Amino acid sequence: MTKELTNTEAPCASCPVHHAANLKKLGVDMKDWDFVVALAGNPNVGKSTVFNALTGLRQHTGNWPGKTVSRAEGGFEFGEGRYKLVDLPGTYSLLATSLDEEIARDFILFGQPDVTVVVVDATRLERNLNLVLQVLEITDRVVVCLNLMDEAQRNGLKIDDRRLARDLGVPVVPTTARYNQGLEHLLQAISDVGTGKTICKPHKVQNVPPDLKLAVTQLENQIQQLYPDLPNARWVALRLLDGDERIAESIRKGELGDLTRGASEETSQSIDLRLEAA
Amino acid sequence: MNQSKQITPKEVLATAQSLRWEVGSDFHEIVMESIYADAARIADRVVTRPGEKPRFDLDRTIDRIVTHRFWGFPFMILLFTLVFWITITGANIPSQWLANILIETIYPFLKDLAATIGMPWWLEGVLIDGMYLATAWVISVMLPPMAIFFPLFTLLEDFGYLPRVGFNLDNVFKKAGAHGKQSLSMMMGFGCNAAGVISTRIIDSPRERLIAIITNNFALCNGRWPTQILIATLFIGGMVPAYWAGLISALAVVGIALLGVLFTFLVSWGLSRSMLKGEVSTFSLELPPYRPPRIWQTIYVSIIDRTIFVLWRAIVFALPAGVVIWLIANITINGTSIAEYLINFLNPLGILIGLNGVILVAYIVAIPANEIVIPTILMLTVLVTGVSSVGEGAGVMFELESEDALRSLFLAGGWTLLTAVNLMLFSLVHNPCSTTIYTIFKETGSRKWTAISTLLPLVMGFALTFLVAQVWRLIFGSG
Repeated sequence: MTKELTNTEAPCASCPVHHAANLKKLGVDMKDWDFVVALAGNPNVGKSTVFNALTGLRQHTGNWPGKTVSRAEGGFEFGEGRYKLVDLPGTYSLLATSLDEEIARDFILFGQPDVTVVVVDATRLERNLNLVLQVLEITDRVVVCLNLMDEAQRNGLKIDDRRLARDLGVPVVPTTARYNQGLEHLLQAISDVGTGKTICKPHKVQNVPPDLKLAVTQLENQIQQLYPDLPNARWVALRLLDGDERIAESIRKGELGDLTRGASEETSQSIDLRLEAA
Repeated sequence: MNQSKQITPKEVLATAQSLRWEVGSDFHEIVMESIYADAARIADRVVTRPGEKPRFDLDRTIDRIVTHRFWGFPFMILLFTLVFWITITGANIPSQWLANILIETIYPFLKDLAATIGMPWWLEGVLIDGMYLATAWVISVMLPPMAIFFPLFTLLEDFGYLPRVGFNLDNVFKKAGAHGKQSLSMMMGFGCNAAGVISTRIIDSPRERLIAIITNNFALCNGRWPTQILIATLFIGGMVPAYWAGLISALAVVGIALLGVLFTFLVSWGLSRSMLKGEVSTFSLELPPYRPPRIWQTIYVSIIDRTIFVLWRAIVFALPAGVVIWLIANITINGTSIAEYLINFLNPLGILIGLNGVILVAYIVAIPANEIVIPTILMLTVLVTGVSSVGEGAGVMFELESEDALRSLFLAGGWTLLTAVNLMLFSLVHNPCSTTIYTIFKETGSRKWTAISTLLPLVMGFALTFLVAQVWRLIFGSG
């Protein structure tokens, strides 16, 4: 399911990656986009650097958490498609206990981006994977950008990115965004997931104790009945059992149901308004 | 479960409610633990660590010094003093150079040109003596220190030092009843208070977020650094032998910045015990790894991002301000200009708090942007003192030949060391600029808190300068 996205050598003329030179940075000109790409990740993993490298914008990148507290948006053109890139606040989880987590979570859930890129710090993989696994519960159209590979190498870490891609069930692209390395592969992976060329089979969290599993499955089935097309019924069930008021509210108001009826355009508009107000 | 075809949202929520009793209260922890366990298992398979030899860890060694319980603070003060010293000593020459071009060469040329084409005197006044000179002044005074200070500050930020400052201050913030993350929004405020106010979004609790918003103004912003640096150079540095001047001025600026931090703590403490009582929430602050900054890119970005941005803002506000100043200086009622009426009206209050009427008028003109305080003060001082050798007429700025000329102008305007000290204090503690006020209103959505954030520092500023003036006069007799 993951194609040859992982080699870091120069692309040869026969493969589509070769045409990555056709990347057109559109800055803030984002008219008529075909795909919406969300950029998620822990704080301080080079998310803003990736954002700048792809859009040609110069949002100041800082080496400290909390730098991006609101969303930044930019656009780029790659191959046939025009992409709108949304830089979400850096968070460690998506439990929505603070405004930045809520912004990130709501956008991935209700904004229904065509692709969600999770930027992870290769030198702190374990902690970063917590967020990746949470994102994979919500959406299956994910590309993992394994950033800061230069630092991992400097620290003597060897990372088997193919194995990681297999375990996670989504494309994994090693990059060093600061020096523009690996970005053409990232673009290709984004485009493949966006157009449906790559079908992801995301890892779902296991290890839930048997007695809890029953409750989760029962609720999941009911949610599935209510919204047959909802891609993340299990996650919604988990959140409801955790007492997440925001999710309960969205069921009460029918927001979740709207997602499955192809009304995502409107919903994401209303989210935009809500975020503006936040 | 399949008997009812049409299940309603209400039923789903009811099921969830009843199941929540079954899964128990530690459900959240169990789910989180299983995510952590999966992450650990995958990471373990994927990552191969180098032979487990205890390596020398540079990051930890640096951290041990810069976040040391005793040495952390002195190191911080030393580092910032160094940054200001480089800024102050480095900015002198390009400042004079710019003034030579903009004011001594281009300005007379424009005047000649206006005379040649027979421009009416009032148009010439508004365009050249008002708009052009105000802008030229802003550029020659502000550009050099900013072009040195911002790249240095950005380098520190990119290297990863700023979060360490946050780490050092975190404990004090907690003691003040505020959120530890306030140290981060305060650091942002040192760049721009409006940005600092927005960055308080990282604080979850509304109570602590309000404290952070109200006190953000005590972090000296871009617009105020140049005022501090200039006044410190002229008056504080001027008191000591030339070879000490740079260092002493730098220390004075650091002192004011630290005073701002102290006020942040005191006001946070006061608020958390009066209007905004409540519990302190805890959080974990991650210290990011040190990263060698990409020096040229950082300099480029900080010049584009901050220097040009701030300079542009200053110019945009300086143009209309130049017109306003020239107009109020030249429109006369019964032979006295409007500016003089205003200055004379505010002068008693100004003198009482160790400032003067000119400075207070300048702060009213400069509500849109702190950047134009100094140019406004200069133009108005020329007007009041009538120092004809340096000016071309009322409301006109003059040649910036040297710091001495500037200093003697201030002295002619009745300035003393007390005026300089109180101006630095008032610049630190007064109402936020209109952009910040608007941002506070947008973030809090409350007129009440916006008013408090605006008026509290203003009242404090008057009280502080009044107090300093009284004590000063008690000790030195006059001032």
